[in-house]
Amino acid sequence: MCRLALKTASEPFSPYTVLQAMEAMQEGYDGSGLGLLLRGLDFTDYSYNARDPVFSGIAHTEAALHRFNAFMQDRGFDLKYDHEFEMDLFKIEATDRHKYILRVFKTPKAWKSLTQDEIDLEMMLTRLALRKDGEENGGDFTAFSFWPDVAMMKEVGWPLDVGEALGLDSHRIKSRVCMAQGRQNTNWGINLYACHPFFIQGIASMTNGENTAFLPIKDWLSGKGFPGYIGYQSDSEVFAHILHYVVKQLKLPLEAYKHIITPLTTEALKDHPQGDFLLGLRNVCRRLIIDGPNAVIASLPDETCLLAMDAKKMRPATIGGKPGEWAIASEMCGVAAMIPDRDPSLDYQPMREHTIIVPPDRQEFQIWSQFDQFPLPQAA
Amino acid sequence: MVSIRSVPSTPSSLAAGDFPWVIEHREDRCTLCGRCTAVCPVNAIKLMYMRQRMPKLVLSSSERGSSFRTFVGIRQRTEVANRCIGCGTCEKVCPNQAIRPQPNTVSDRHRFVNTQGGEAWKRGGRRNEPGPSLLDKISFNRISMLTDPALDAGRHEFSVNTLLGRVLSPEEYLRRQMAGEWIPPVREIFPFIIGSMSFGALSPNMWLGLLQGVAYCNEVLGIPVVMATGEGGCPPWVLRSPFLKYIILQIASGYFGWDEIIRAIPDMQCEPAAIEIKYGQGAKPGDGGLLMWFKVSKMIARLRGVPEDVDLPSPPVHQTLYSIEESVMKMIQSMSMAWDFKVPVYPKISGSNSAKSVLNNLVRNPYASALLIDGIDGGTGAAYNVSMDAMGHPIASNVRECYLDLCAQGKQNEIPIFAAGGVGKNGNVTQNGLALIMLGASGVHMGKYIMQAAAGCLGSEQNRCNVCNVGICPKGITSQNPKLYRRLDPDLVAERVAETFMAINTEMKKIMAPLGRSQSLPIGMSDALGIADKAAADQLQIKYVC
Repeated sequence: MCRLALKTASEPFSPYTVLQAMEAMQEGYDGSGLGLLLRGLDFTDYSYNARDPVFSGIAHTEAALHRFNAFMQDRGFDLKYDHEFEMDLFKIEATDRHKYILRVFKTPKAWKSLTQDEIDLEMMLTRLALRKDGEENGGDFTAFSFWPDVAMMKEVGWPLDVGEALGLDSHRIKSRVCMAQGRQNTNWGINLYACHPFFIQGIASMTNGENTAFLPIKDWLSGKGFPGYIGYQSDSEVFAHILHYVVKQLKLPLEAYKHIITPLTTEALKDHPQGDFLLGLRNVCRRLIIDGPNAVIASLPDETCLLAMDAKKMRPATIGGKPGEWAIASEMCGVAAMIPDRDPSLDYQPMREHTIIVPPDRQEFQIWSQFDQFPLPQAA
Repeated sequence: MVSIRSVPSTPSSLAAGDFPWVIEHREDRCTLCGRCTAVCPVNAIKLMYMRQRMPKLVLSSSERGSSFRTFVGIRQRTEVANRCIGCGTCEKVCPNQAIRPQPNTVSDRHRFVNTQGGEAWKRGGRRNEPGPSLLDKISFNRISMLTDPALDAGRHEFSVNTLLGRVLSPEEYLRRQMAGEWIPPVREIFPFIIGSMSFGALSPNMWLGLLQGVAYCNEVLGIPVVMATGEGGCPPWVLRSPFLKYIILQIASGYFGWDEIIRAIPDMQCEPAAIEIKYGQGAKPGDGGLLMWFKVSKMIARLRGVPEDVDLPSPPVHQTLYSIEESVMKMIQSMSMAWDFKVPVYPKISGSNSAKSVLNNLVRNPYASALLIDGIDGGTGAAYNVSMDAMGHPIASNVRECYLDLCAQGKQNEIPIFAAGGVGKNGNVTQNGLALIMLGASGVHMGKYIMQAAAGCLGSEQNRCNVCNVGICPKGITSQNPKLYRRLDPDLVAERVAETFMAINTEMKKIMAPLGRSQSLPIGMSDALGIADKAAADQLQIKYVC
C-alpha cells in the first residue's frame, strides 16, 4: 500500500522533513519509489518570483538535454535560474539519469496578450510537447511539470535514499506545500509517469489504494478531447484529472469534487436540501464515480489542500497540526513525524462523507460533509 | 416383394423416428388412463387398438398355430401437422412415468417436409442454437487482490442501478440548471429489464403475474425493475393505475393499442417509465410484429381496436417513414410531447451492421433517450423459422462497436445503450447481462429468460415446444384460451418474478464484489473481461485468456 504525506505551512520548510515522515511510515510500504511535489517555492540560492514558470523533469541523455534547451529557446522561454541538484547518482538505482532539471523560466513576450486561461493552456501544451518529444525518442526525456511555483521529482528507490541522492537534505529548496508518495506504481509497468503525485495545470493529487473504476473513467476523460487528459499509466491519475475537470472546466467549488467522485445514494439525496440538483449532477458525472479504497490528497494553485475519502472508507488518512502548519498523512505516525509539537488529540480522521479542506491562510482546516448544504447558485 | 402401392408412402410420409421429438412409451407401465392424449397440445399421440400375435406350440393339427390378443396402447402420430413438439406435458400428467418425449439425435426429417400447403415454417420461441453462447464464454478476470481488496458481497452497500434517459454533458447540465431550461427525464432503474412481450402474445394471467411481481420488486424489495409492453397496448386499468410507472410502453409499426393509451393520458396517475419505439426486433429483423389469428380473442381485439380472429401483422417499417432520420426525429418528439417531455423516449432496433449510424443519428437528437439493440438470439411469439434462425446480428460485438464509437465521441454517458437478444438463454442471466454491461451496455432486456424463470416456459434451444404462435402454450403463458391460461396462477408467477430478481441482485453483487466495484454499475469496464477465443477477444477488445 502506498504511504502519503502532505505538509502545508505558512513558513517554507525543507521537503526532507516530509521524507522523514515517509520513513516513519516505512512499515506500510515497499519503498519502491518517491514522488514529490513542492509548491510555494523558496530557493536558498535564488530569489524566486512566484509568477515565473518552473520546469521539472529528467533528461536521461545529453542529447535529450540539448533538445530541451533548443526547444525552450525556440519558444522564447528565457532561462532565469537553473537549480543544480547536489546529486549523488550512486544512490539511485536507475542508471540513465543524465540530469535532473529544475529550471525557472521567463514567460515569452508573445504571451503578454494572452488571457490567463490561454496562458494556462500554453503552459500545459509546452509540457505535453516535451513529454511527447521524450516518448518519441525512446523515452530519453521525462517532463513532470511546467507551472509557476511548482517543482516535481519522481524516482525509483527508497524515499529517504532518493531524497539524499537529490541532495534535498541540504535544504537548498524549501516550499510551503510538500506532497510526497512512497511507492512506484505496482499495478502496471514501472514508469516514472505512473508515480504519484499527478499534475495538471497547477492541480496535483496523490492517492493510496486502487481505483477499480479506472478504465471507464479513463475512457470518458479521454473522450473529452482535452489535450491534458492523457497518460493514465496509473489508475490514480484520473483523480487529478477529475479534480481539474471539476475545478477548472466546470468551475464548481471544491466541495463538488466529493459529490462527483463519490455521490450520495438516491435515498440520501432525497433528504438533502439540494437533492434534486445533486442527483442531476450525479447523473451527468456518472462516469467519474470512483470505486476503490482510496484516500485522495490534493493541492491547488492557491495552496489550498484537500483530503477526501472514498465512499467505502477502506483507506486510512489523518490530518493534524496547528494554526499555520498542517500535515495530512496516510498514517498517524506520519503526521506526528511532520508536526511533532501539535496536540494529537485534535487530529482528525475523516469518514466516508467528508472532505477536509485546508485553505491558503492555514489557520484551521474545514471538515465538510456531503450531507451539508451545497454552496452553489445552480443548486439554489 | 410386395407391390409399391401396398406401402403407405407419400413424399411427406414420416415414421415416428423422423420427428424432432420421439415419444418413448412404456406399455408395461401404462394404465391407459388417457391423460397424456387428452393434454397433448398438438394431438401428437393417440390411443389406439392394436393386435398382437401370441405364438404357441400346438401338437394337434386341427388347431391353428397362433392366437392373437387385442389391446389398447399409445402411439405417436406421424402426420406433419401433429409432430411431437417435445413439450413433455404428457410426462407431467402421467401418473406412472410411462411416457416422455426424447429429442431425436439421429435425424430430423420433419424439417424437410414441414412446408405443407406451401406455407413456410412459422413458429414462436427462440433461435435453436444449442451450446454455450459467446456471452456464456466470457469470464470476469480482474479480481481485486492486495491493493484493492475484494469487497464483501453480503455486507457492503452496492449501487447497481442504471439510468434510462438522455443524460446531458456536465457543462450543459450546469448551464441549463442556471438558465432554468429543460433537463431531459432520466429514470434510475434496475439494469435487468423485462423485455417487450405484448399483451396478446402473453396470456392475461402471465401479464398480471409479471406486473404483480414487478410491483413487488419495486415497492417491497426496493429493486426498481421495469417491464416493457411490446406492441399491442396495455390493459386500460393498468394505464390508469399507479403501476404504470413500472411500465415501458412500446409503439411499433402497427400502432396497435395506442388509441387506448392516448385516450388514457388525461386519466394517468403517473407517467410510464419510458416509451419504446420499435423499429426492429432481434428475432426477426426487418420484419414486422405478428399476432396470429388464433390469439386474437375478444379481449385482445378490444385492446387493439381490431376485429376478432384475424391475423395482426405489423408492417416492417413505420408508415410515417420517409427517411429514418425524419421518422426517428418526428416520432421521438411526438411521443416526448405527449407526456410533456417528462418521459424518456427511445428506439429499439435489431442488431445490425448499421446500428452505429442509427446511434450517431440519435446522439444528435436532443430528445432521444437511449438506444436498445436486439441481437439475433432474441425470441418472439411468432415468426418464420428462417427469420429466427438466420437473420440478425449477434449482440455482443454490435453493442461493443457502438459503445466504442460513443467513447470516441466522449458521449458514452449521454445516450445509454441497452442490449437484448439471448441474455440468459442458457440460464446464465446475470453473467450474460454483466458481460454485456462491461462491454458497454447500460442495461439488458430479457424476455425468454423471464418466461422460463417466472412461468416455467418449456422452450429450449433444441426446438422444444415453440408453439407460442398458435396459442396452444401448454403452460398457459402465451395463450388466449382460458382453458390453457388458467393453468398459470398469476400469484405464483409474481412470486417467481420476485425470486428471480432477488437472485439476479445477489449474483450481481457476487460478480461486482471480487472486481472491487460497488459504487456504480461497471458499464464499459472491459478490463475485467476475458475470453478463451483470440478472435473474439480481438474483436471485442477484451483480454484473451487461456
